[in-house]
Amino acid sequence: MLYREAGDFKTSYQADSQTFPIAFDRWRYWAVLVIAFCVVPFFVNAYWANAILVPFLIYAIAAIGLNILTGYCGQVSLGTGGFMAVGAYACYKLMTSFPDVSIVIHIILAGGITAAVGAAFGLPSLRIKGFYLAVATLAAQFFLVWMFNKVSWFYNYSASGQINAPERFVAGIAVTGPNTAPWAQYMICLVFLTICALIARNLTRGTIGRSWMAIRDMDIAAEIIGVNPLKAKLTAFAVSSFFIGISGALFFAVYLGAVEVGEAFGIQKSFLVLFMIIIGGLGSLFGSFAGAAFLVLLPVALKVIGVDLLGWPTDLVAHLQLVIVGALIMFFLIKEPHGLAQLWRLAKEKLRLWPFPY
Amino acid sequence: MSADFLYGIEVIINGLMAGVLYALVALGFVLIFKASGIFNFAQGVMALFAALTLVGIMEGQVPFAHLINAVFGTSIHHFGWQVPAILAIFLTVLVMIAFAWAVQHFVFRHLVGQEPIILFMATIGLAYFLEGVGDLMWGSSIRTLALGLPQGGSIWVEEMTNGLGGDDFYGFFIDKLDMVATLVALVLVAGLVAFAQYTKQGRAMRAVADDHQAALSVGISLSYIWVLVWSLAGIVALVAGVMWGAKSGVQFSLSLIALKALPVLMLGGFTSIPGAIVGGMIIGVGEKLFEFTIGAPYLGGATENWFAYMLALVFLVFRPQGLFGERIIERV
Repeated sequence: MLYREAGDFKTSYQADSQTFPIAFDRWRYWAVLVIAFCVVPFFVNAYWANAILVPFLIYAIAAIGLNILTGYCGQVSLGTGGFMAVGAYACYKLMTSFPDVSIVIHIILAGGITAAVGAAFGLPSLRIKGFYLAVATLAAQFFLVWMFNKVSWFYNYSASGQINAPERFVAGIAVTGPNTAPWAQYMICLVFLTICALIARNLTRGTIGRSWMAIRDMDIAAEIIGVNPLKAKLTAFAVSSFFIGISGALFFAVYLGAVEVGEAFGIQKSFLVLFMIIIGGLGSLFGSFAGAAFLVLLPVALKVIGVDLLGWPTDLVAHLQLVIVGALIMFFLIKEPHGLAQLWRLAKEKLRLWPFPY
Repeated sequence: MSADFLYGIEVIINGLMAGVLYALVALGFVLIFKASGIFNFAQGVMALFAALTLVGIMEGQVPFAHLINAVFGTSIHHFGWQVPAILAIFLTVLVMIAFAWAVQHFVFRHLVGQEPIILFMATIGLAYFLEGVGDLMWGSSIRTLALGLPQGGSIWVEEMTNGLGGDDFYGFFIDKLDMVATLVALVLVAGLVAFAQYTKQGRAMRAVADDHQAALSVGISLSYIWVLVWSLAGIVALVAGVMWGAKSGVQFSLSLIALKALPVLMLGGFTSIPGAIVGGMIIGVGEKLFEFTIGAPYLGGATENWFAYMLALVFLVFRPQGLFGERIIERV
């Protein structure tokens, strides 16, 4: 009864073009925000923050970024790990070079630097398409990881080759470093995620988002009707890398605290984020959240079931996890190539007609 | 001749040998891509899986022993017999054919007509799945492959070439295993070409690669050809797995050679068997030479990780379909 357009009269153009046209969706949206901002921080403990919430928030940002490039603009990228590394190392260099500037500005700047790097690696996309491009983005992945390993300027000549986040404060509360409270980690990631999601939502609704989707659906046709492919593809690469850079900076500074580039930002990370948007749904913001939540929760759930309940050895559960993730991806692609987001869409369609579907 | 020049030649020869091994993996990709349009990311993991299976069968290991032990509380691990290499290879080929059938039957049959990118992602899922199954079946420790392949530098080549340089030159160092791998690769390619040219199945395979619908209309069974192609790719993967496994042990990193084969494919074109081989050679020589002349002295080494990709990337900007690929014609 609640979920329908009927009776919800719009009286202004603004109301007519708002993000959530259905009243129930708007209430749900505000309810989620209120719970996330005002309830969860008081209950979050170290285990929940470290194992589930903070990685979920950070991967959701990365998934939104990759979804803009792959889901909305149709350019498959396997370089996510490399771009996250750019964000992390840019953030580290900024944090250590300008210790007096707020970390929030550093993270945003790190996103900006990643956007520039991403746009540079996006240049070949104007000539190369499809699989060839996917493989070409691997060049970014391997080159960037190699560079952060070899050029010691990036890790301030530290002997271990690791980078460690120094302690930084936002409004007097530690958000990086060893003394960070779980709720502070959670809050800073949540704020960034909310802003990123808002930006992404509005970008994809507007002119630029439409030009991305036109390029995705058929680039030659889009070019003929007047979409500039250079601009569309490069902005997609830049915006996507901006988000991925922010997530990389948060991943390093807030979540891990200390990072070794090959381990934290290897090719596995690229695949992980790609799986998130496939399982979640290409070309859908909700899908980015759903996919990130799914792939963050799955290993935790498997560990709880396999190791804690059944008492199996850890390595066996890790192998099973590979099998299950692989099988799930194939299952999803066969049964629902549009991912969890499509299930959600179908549920909404059904709800609209409920209880009289005819 | 100066020693540096001779070392350069040695680097080129070794690069060619490495390139042959890349080409072996790339060959599997090309076979499947030509026949079904599937870009098979799992090729590297197939090589790992095949090599693991071979070692496991030879040592008489019980498959899934770890899992069975965890579920039933038993402690089995080996049957207690050793299987001779020939029989083990035969059994492994059977396993790869069964795998090909299963992949076709349970996954790709349901994905016919999907966009290529969906198929590609399905093969990434397949790669994860197969990697997990391989670990579950045979365990994840590093194995040595005892097939009795020759190892170490070839003394004969060293002695033959010793006289070329001055006193500080001791002849070319060439790994015997690389020479065997090159020979095997040549035989394999010749065999594949003969199969494709002179047998009924091979002709059907080429017909499918040419045009699916035309092939269907003259009575060629697509699903049969796809199983056949996946089986062939499995056998190529077995050969690649054996060669790489003999070189560096059968372990997880074996599956990463698939990543090395990707730039080879880009360079050679996804649809060309000669392209895969020439591309492999170019990548092999290119990355060894770059490491030798620029990478190791000036850039801190380990440039092999990315050089192949950069080379392929720069090359593609000028020729988007690769060296031997079919010309890409786009229509609205």
